[in-house]
Amino acid sequence: MSDDKLPVAHDAAEGHGEAAVAENPFADPGLPPHEPRRTDIDERAAKRAERQVSLLFLVSMLATVGFIASYVSIDSDKIVYIFPLGHISALNFALGMTLGVALFCIGAGAVHWARTLMSDVELPAERHAIEADDETRADVIQQFKTGAAESGFGRRKMIRNTMIGSMALVPLSGVMLLRDLGPLPEKKLDRTDWNEATSDAPIRLVNMNTNEPMKPEDIVVGSLTFAKPGPSASRPAGLQESDEDFQEAIAKDALMLIRIQPNDIKDADSRDLGFEGVLAYSKICTHVGCPISLYEQQTHHALCPCHQSTFDLSDGARVIFGPAGHPLPQLKITTDASGYLVATGGFKHPVGPSFWERSE
Amino acid sequence: MKKLSARRRHPLAALVVLLFALAATGGLYAAFAPAENAQADSSAQSLAIDEGKRLFAVGCSSCHGLNGEGSSTGPSLVGVGSAAVDFQVGTGRMPAQQPGAQIPKKKNIYSQSDIDAMAAFVASLGPGPVTPTKDQYTSTETDAISKGGELFRTNCSQCHNFAGAGGALTQGKFAPSLENVDPKHIYEAMQTGPQNMPSFPDTTMPEKQKQEIVAFVRYQANEAPNPGGLSLGSLGPVTEGLFGWIFGLGALIAIAIWVAAHTTKAKKS
Repeated sequence: MSDDKLPVAHDAAEGHGEAAVAENPFADPGLPPHEPRRTDIDERAAKRAERQVSLLFLVSMLATVGFIASYVSIDSDKIVYIFPLGHISALNFALGMTLGVALFCIGAGAVHWARTLMSDVELPAERHAIEADDETRADVIQQFKTGAAESGFGRRKMIRNTMIGSMALVPLSGVMLLRDLGPLPEKKLDRTDWNEATSDAPIRLVNMNTNEPMKPEDIVVGSLTFAKPGPSASRPAGLQESDEDFQEAIAKDALMLIRIQPNDIKDADSRDLGFEGVLAYSKICTHVGCPISLYEQQTHHALCPCHQSTFDLSDGARVIFGPAGHPLPQLKITTDASGYLVATGGFKHPVGPSFWERSE
Repeated sequence: MKKLSARRRHPLAALVVLLFALAATGGLYAAFAPAENAQADSSAQSLAIDEGKRLFAVGCSSCHGLNGEGSSTGPSLVGVGSAAVDFQVGTGRMPAQQPGAQIPKKKNIYSQSDIDAMAAFVASLGPGPVTPTKDQYTSTETDAISKGGELFRTNCSQCHNFAGAGGALTQGKFAPSLENVDPKHIYEAMQTGPQNMPSFPDTTMPEKQKQEIVAFVRYQANEAPNPGGLSLGSLGPVTEGLFGWIFGLGALIAIAIWVAAHTTKAKKS
């Protein structure tokens, strides 16, 4: 730093620095003298700045009108080619550009106005203690005591107590509103469409891709197939996408079918639930219910993309990593007289995430 | 002759006669039997297998064994079929540079005829999926893209992302992006299930549905418009959020500094 910027040199130059240096080497230099802006001294410049600010606000108005006009007039399917962006939606582009211009011009106008026309005189503001002085505090306390005495709050205990009671009960209205989060799921989460299957009336496993039932030989080792319930008593055509409650049903019924060499299945119960190495697991993660099917055919791990819960499908879908609390439920499958894969009962454990009333 | 007939009652005479008879039969058979079977098989298929076996011995046998039987460093190739070879070698994944969680795609060093020869050799080890022809992976249906989109979202999007941009799996493995992948290789990957990808055999996903998925992936990579302008890798909120924080907020901070640093004092203007 050059010497002339230091307070010592500065003060010395003005000729009366010696004493000040001895008293306070870091004296407050104070505010620099106010310098006028061009718009302060030149009326024509001020007028020009005024017009510039108004123009910005006017552009903003036009852009807003343009926003409304493009919202009304541009078809949402229309795709246009705009050079650096490529093929994009005309509506999205128009809405984004007009709204962006409208907001930017308001901001730019406000900044330009403040910088050129509003007063820019520097004003020092002294800092004060936040606390009130003793006299004011004593006065407030006195007023409070007088008010309490005049209201008879301490004397008329009935009024006091009922008031406290009424104020304590008011939050209950808020608690009541929570009821709208209900009704409670009851047994809905424990049951899936597979529960309808019995050994007398089994439900076929239907391929999600082809809408056809499958035979065990269709499922090869290393493949992954998704299945849904076929015809049953309550759904004679099987679960169809046209069904009104399709989303609700598939969120519980979805299966992923894999095949592992029976010798490679580590969990004996899991091997028994499958059919000749074909295993049918629920596709719904037991953490928060994401559909999982990131299946790695060499490691037999299935991964959930939401929170990385990892299940070992060769070991009864045991959780080997992540926040899931339960293994994936497995459906017991066998074949019917025609050789198609069927389920003869529901899942042993509820599918999907944990919930309060979960039976285990 | 007398000498010979004098010994006709010798105990070994019957054996000598038998040897003569055997020699005569064998000689006559050699002279008159059909000769084709004894010649080397010189059909194109056989030559390809032969050539493939030599290429295999040089490039593949150190991991997969001299006859594709597999070893501790590479799986057995019996029954993987020619489609698997065409995919793995055609995309440069094989020969593998180094072992690891996943063998990445890299530059292919073989010509298509070399790959075909190796595929013919591996296919001769056991039956498996056959390299598809162009009409097998090209759909002519007009609604193939929309149908393929449905199938893609059911079967593929969980790993490869809704736009085929790829995604992460466990412990260093990943599902690669499907952009710029040859349609033939997409089809072969579905057929054979390379590395940790599950396979989608014709029994659970018929050929027509594979064609539709290929059509959708090609459309998504080449023609699908970006309604918002920048796709930012189609990776979803992660890249979009990063872009907003770094470029959006960065630009605002830069403007704020510029506004504050430029005075409007008359002296400087």
